[in-house]
Amino acid sequence: MTMPPDAHYVDDAPYDPDIDLSAPDRKDMDAPAWLLVWRRFRRHKLGLISGVFLLLSYLMLPFAGFIAPYTPNERSAENLYHPPQAVHWFHDGALIGPYVYATSGQADLVNFRWQYQADTDRPMRLEIFCEGGTYNLLGFIPSDTHLFCAPEGATVFLFGSDRLGRDVFSRILYGAQLSLTVGIIGITVSFALGIFFGSIAGYFGGKTDWIINRAIEILRSLPELPLWLALSAAVPSNWGPVAVFFIISIILGILDWPGLARAVRSKFLSLREEEYVRAAEMMGAKPGRVIRRHLLPNFSSHLIASATLSIPAMILGETALSFLGLGLRAPAVSWGVMLNDAQNLASIEIYPWTAIPMLPIIIVVLAFNFLGDGLRDSLDPYKS
Amino acid sequence: MMFLKYAGYRLLTMLLTLGVVSILVFAIINLPPGDYLSNQIAELRATGQAEGVAKAEFLRTEYALDRPLWMQYLIWIGAAPGPQGFSGMLQGDFGWSFEFDQPVSEIVGDALWLTVLVNLAAVLFVYVVALPLGVLAAAKSETWVDYSAAFIGYLGLATPNFLLALMLFYYGNKYMGLPIGGLMAPEFEGEPMSPAKVQSILIHLIVPTFVIGTSGAAAMMQRLRANMLDELSKPYVETAKAKGMAPARLMAKYPLRMAFNPFVADIGNLLPAMVSGSVLVSVVLGLQTIGPALLAALKSQDQFLAGFVLMFVALLTLIGTMISDLLLVLLDPRIRYGAREG
Repeated sequence: MTMPPDAHYVDDAPYDPDIDLSAPDRKDMDAPAWLLVWRRFRRHKLGLISGVFLLLSYLMLPFAGFIAPYTPNERSAENLYHPPQAVHWFHDGALIGPYVYATSGQADLVNFRWQYQADTDRPMRLEIFCEGGTYNLLGFIPSDTHLFCAPEGATVFLFGSDRLGRDVFSRILYGAQLSLTVGIIGITVSFALGIFFGSIAGYFGGKTDWIINRAIEILRSLPELPLWLALSAAVPSNWGPVAVFFIISIILGILDWPGLARAVRSKFLSLREEEYVRAAEMMGAKPGRVIRRHLLPNFSSHLIASATLSIPAMILGETALSFLGLGLRAPAVSWGVMLNDAQNLASIEIYPWTAIPMLPIIIVVLAFNFLGDGLRDSLDPYKS
Repeated sequence: MMFLKYAGYRLLTMLLTLGVVSILVFAIINLPPGDYLSNQIAELRATGQAEGVAKAEFLRTEYALDRPLWMQYLIWIGAAPGPQGFSGMLQGDFGWSFEFDQPVSEIVGDALWLTVLVNLAAVLFVYVVALPLGVLAAAKSETWVDYSAAFIGYLGLATPNFLLALMLFYYGNKYMGLPIGGLMAPEFEGEPMSPAKVQSILIHLIVPTFVIGTSGAAAMMQRLRANMLDELSKPYVETAKAKGMAPARLMAKYPLRMAFNPFVADIGNLLPAMVSGSVLVSVVLGLQTIGPALLAALKSQDQFLAGFVLMFVALLTLIGTMISDLLLVLLDPRIRYGAREG
């Protein structure tokens, strides 16, 4: 480097006429948008952890049957309200590997409850990749191999068992299949409606806008839960669990769209005045194309973030409905259905483990909130 | 004068909205096939009890359930003559509950006031908790005060209401001797108001208020914090600081006032969620509000009762939203009347 007396900087490197002057100094400076988003998102530690956790949870769903030691409706008449069992590794200072103690139950006729006594002399090793109840891997491959199960003569109730002697841990895994997908289906319905109504209101304006706007105001001013209750009460009781599951998800989504529609509408009102929209219209693009190709991609990031933030409401909604007995019904297993059992003070006091399904609910809802916050902060990488 | 005109306009839109809501509610409660009586008739026929059928048939004509739906709707709201002439919602006749075999007004009676009371208490709770916490979190942003407030807030948002209710009831009773269940001690039920009864109700209100209010308070607190932070980064705050104004006085004098508007406006979003929460929590805790009545009515397809409760719940939120709109105008003269249309 040379520095002439007038303090001008001159690079010593030989002049190359072929060099592309508009190329950025560093390769990573014209990174695609998703990379910028990822870089920003990575700094949001809580959001990142939540995202990874949720990804793993959803990936786990098809394999719930494999991970769970029991099938969801497998009853064990000798083990009603069995308290949670710990998995030990060391017995008398020697490493044995994961093992449990066999327990024997006795009816406590004074307090009218079951008492379980662990036989701490005999460690019983858990079996790995063992045969148990049959389930469908990925939903269609019949299988009876489980990751781990109880040895002959013992039980492995990690989170205890419920009033019918069903394993709470296994049921939580199975329950996740419904409880977690309810949110996804619900948000899909809500999005389809919200984007449709929001965009036609914002794009066309005038009378359409007025009508949709009033509908949004009315729906937003009504309390959701009583309407959810009323709609789910209308679901015929002779429908199968799958049909009920879908209709409940749709009901949850149907009342959720006004908020989104409002955001879409106000965004459209300003965007439709842009030159590129007018250009597209002049070239003969139909409204549907203008909306889909030119307007929606403009704020897809906003949409993704608000979707992530709306899913928890759906999950909590399903839980509340099932809890009140108007949502999913047994034999379907969801976290709300499980909590239905823990509805009274007696189970909280005597069998607190029946309320364990609340933990995954809280964790998942928190994770969605953190992930949504992280996405909202990072999805617009061009903003300061 | 301008204000009265605006209030009148708001009242009118509210009544119109209520009209649309009544159609919606009527449609929803008539979604399930058949009605309470036709189901009963089918059941009686199936079990071969012929004498009950005649009574149910009589009741069906008596309550106009055999007419076409649009006619039923008009009779229900009182815009068309039913078998007893005009007697619908507009005339103050809320119909008959088949499940409880009593007029709807008698079943809900006290529950209406208790519902209003519970929701009012919860709204107050939200404001009392969210205001200081939100301001504090903004003033001490990015310190442990802020983080712990945010953490509690998130937890409040994420915990299902009904579970919180059960646990608070259990632990509140165990460690603080708070009463379990109900909204008053059993001996006061049906009694006229007395200081002892009021006290009993107040003590019973603690847990429900807390439960219903928590998630609302958490959301409100976060929003207040964000608004405050926006205000705090403005130049006038800098100026005041440079002039040596005491932090507490500075906070209260300007930014807080500015951040207060959305705080009041938010009640429109807050109330529906609150009423939802109170229905759920009432069912779990056995409060004598209209929540349990609604659930029972929906399950047994007791349509007049369900319809009335849904209407009442909607009315409650609509009135609340209207009051918040009017308050907002009084509070901030800069908000132009009717400017929301633009």
